[in-house]
Amino acid sequence: MEKFDVVIIGSGPGGYIAAIRAGQLGLKTALVEKDKELGGTCLNIGCIPSKALLTSSDHFMFAKKEAEKHGVMFDGVHVDLRKMQQRKDKVVKTFTSGVRALMKTNKVTTFEGFGTIAAPGKVSVKSSDGKTQELETKNIVIATGSAPVELPFAKFDGKTIVSSTEALCFTEPPKKLLVIGAGAIGLELGSVWNRLGSEVTMLEFLPRIAVGFDLELSNLLQRSLTAQGITFHLETKVSAVKLTNGHATVTATKGGEEMKFDADKVLVSVGRRPFSEGVCAEKVGVEFDDRKRIKVDKNFRTNIQGIYAIGDVTAGPMLAHKAEDEGIACMEIIAGKSGHVNYDAIAGIIYTNPELAGVGLTEDQAKEKGIDYRIGKFPFRANSRALCNEDVDGMVKFVADAKTDRVLGAHILQHAASELIAEAVSVIEFGGSSEDIGRTCHSHPTLSEAVREAALNVEKRALHILNR
Amino acid sequence: MSIEVKIPAVGESISSGVVSVWHKKSGDFVNPGDALFTLETEKVSTEIVAENAGVLEAKAAEGQEVKIGEVVAIIDDSKVPEEIPPAEKKATIGEKKKQPIPPETKAPVASKQKSTGAEVLSPAVRRIVEEEHLEPAKISGTGKDGRLTKGDVLAAHPEEEKEDRDRQAEPGTERFIRKKMSPLRRKIAAQLVMAQQTAAILTTFNECDMSAIQELRAKSQEGFTKKNGIKLGLMSFFIKAAVEALKAVPVVNGRIEEDDFIQNNFYDIGVAVGTERGLIVPIVRDADKKSFAELELDIAGYAVKAREGKLKIEDLQGGTFTISNGGVYGSLLSTPILNPPQSGILGMHKIMPRPVAIDKKVEVRPMMYLALSYDHRAVDGKEAVTFLIKVKECIEDPKKLPLDF
Repeated sequence: MEKFDVVIIGSGPGGYIAAIRAGQLGLKTALVEKDKELGGTCLNIGCIPSKALLTSSDHFMFAKKEAEKHGVMFDGVHVDLRKMQQRKDKVVKTFTSGVRALMKTNKVTTFEGFGTIAAPGKVSVKSSDGKTQELETKNIVIATGSAPVELPFAKFDGKTIVSSTEALCFTEPPKKLLVIGAGAIGLELGSVWNRLGSEVTMLEFLPRIAVGFDLELSNLLQRSLTAQGITFHLETKVSAVKLTNGHATVTATKGGEEMKFDADKVLVSVGRRPFSEGVCAEKVGVEFDDRKRIKVDKNFRTNIQGIYAIGDVTAGPMLAHKAEDEGIACMEIIAGKSGHVNYDAIAGIIYTNPELAGVGLTEDQAKEKGIDYRIGKFPFRANSRALCNEDVDGMVKFVADAKTDRVLGAHILQHAASELIAEAVSVIEFGGSSEDIGRTCHSHPTLSEAVREAALNVEKRALHILNR
Repeated sequence: MSIEVKIPAVGESISSGVVSVWHKKSGDFVNPGDALFTLETEKVSTEIVAENAGVLEAKAAEGQEVKIGEVVAIIDDSKVPEEIPPAEKKATIGEKKKQPIPPETKAPVASKQKSTGAEVLSPAVRRIVEEEHLEPAKISGTGKDGRLTKGDVLAAHPEEEKEDRDRQAEPGTERFIRKKMSPLRRKIAAQLVMAQQTAAILTTFNECDMSAIQELRAKSQEGFTKKNGIKLGLMSFFIKAAVEALKAVPVVNGRIEEDDFIQNNFYDIGVAVGTERGLIVPIVRDADKKSFAELELDIAGYAVKAREGKLKIEDLQGGTFTISNGGVYGSLLSTPILNPPQSGILGMHKIMPRPVAIDKKVEVRPMMYLALSYDHRAVDGKEAVTFLIKVKECIEDPKKLPLDF
């Protein structure tokens, strides 16, 4: 039997990136994936297809509502949803087959089947035809990701009560879509179907949307999405979902008052849970925390020698890029080099329009930690390029240490926030200050000038607004 | 061809040093063996010499902290001194600076120097450095790969120092004086804290009656001195006693490295020596194989070298156990701090005539307290106590030592 240096279970962004890095480092590597396609949730039923639909539906909104402001007139703008979905599928296919090619070029052996840890150093792969194969390896990396959380009173049926997986594949826009949970996934898919014609209502248990992001910007996002036609009910607790003839009646309470909602589809997007069942980590003695996440040290080692874990199945934000960076660092550590992930410099993004992006501390977190901080803000309505683009919704906000001026957090609400945030991530990674950004020449006219202006506003010397 | 001058590898606990003085300037022609600069580490300052002839190009500023393996200079051996008449020398150097450095030499230097934090400055750091006339090379960076952050340079702001100076200027009013610790002192401080935080340090005590050794020394001194040209000191006895005890309790002669324990089967004993610059610990190699005379000669040799500042880094690295004698300063009792990654350190103290009970009668004997600090992660209490009793027994009854005089 051939012996591997490392066997990675799960081919999502954590697993497949780890496999590439392992290949680069000359490790004899195997990648085990239970599904037919590589790429895991992110590529197949997560980040990638949702972004494909978000962009397509955003183009539709532009054609329908924005184009005429530019003097571009369309007649009879309409959506061919079948074509839109086909394009989405093509994007996914292109990406997953690209990953398969990358495995070949990096000399990674892929195994299709359900990977379980038989013992430290032993992974058995059970393929769909029932055959089992044993792999011997020096190291095992658990990268099995996460799965949507199910509500006990609203079990997924794949038709009316759905998770994000099905909500990406509707063949027609539901007339009434009810979304439970106003986090990144709910807001994004709610946006897609709102744009494509659904009447979207979002119920959120907490008094705000987009938990984890800066409150001020989250509130602004809520205002924008409300203007786009989405109805929000905050501090609303869903207690029952009743199905009759493929329709749902959702019962909820808000401030002691009972409310009822009719819906054709109910999207449950209340979070994701680590997906670790079946991998048998517990059988070989791997420790879990109280939230069923695999416990690892800062070198991604579990308590069992030779078994590592990365990504959503461990603690920390459930983000593809966090998993990727952990995968890279983990392989470098296994190869005897030093690998490191800076958790203070990992951005979170919601791809609505405007997009909401944030990295580092929010203003509330800085306050809670008792940090002496300063804020710098700049609205896009004072930015030249945003005006040219007719895209002035949103702002940039910095949280900087009052004494050292170090950038502690950056938050952007804008159509292109996901791209703009990268500058702030780099500066945080390098321990830079708001003045560092303020003293860096930004091209004109660009949206990035607003980032610089917000940084300048920390020291109250932004140029295109009254500094307060 | 250009040859890189790198900071040589030093002891296991030393990762960096400070270029304290350049003895040659950029543009100077150097010959092999010429002292280029003095490298100060937390334990020793040593002169780094040129290994080949050529024209020197210094890459590190005086006072700059440098990492082991870092390129601090380049010696270009394609240039010979005769070609540069003294009068034109300066101009040539000036021109040379402007010339683009060939890529094959520049690339590795640039990539290795990024860790110094003083090469490329961020815009805010650049502004403060210029406005406040700071020397970036003298500030240590906390940013990525040791780069300077705005916070670092703000902390190094001379304004505060100026305020301090102003405060001090009024005679008789100062209640305290604040000044920056030298890089060396800061290093020592960090090293000591590291030792305290890394190991589980515990100290066990005992005492020994020095009469037998004092008697033996008095009896043998004349013959020993005549034969070996050196006096028979106390230290050789303690080194030999420590070796005997280490053989009896080997775990004290080992060290912890991450999840592993490494057992040393050689006996390189560090002997702490106080100097003007602070405490240094030269290593007596293979102490088990050396005669008493060789041990005394080794120690005396190190003392001379230390006084003249000629100790080399290799004189200080790789010890397996340390002996520290606070007694020379009059210390009666102390708890020594381990010298990482070692697992034990023996503390010797002042010999004092004290009343002790001998055969149920009080007698006054020359007594010394002994202390053994040990890393409790590796060494059990029983082992530590056994070790110290073994030392005590060897000292009180020197016949137990391999006497060779």
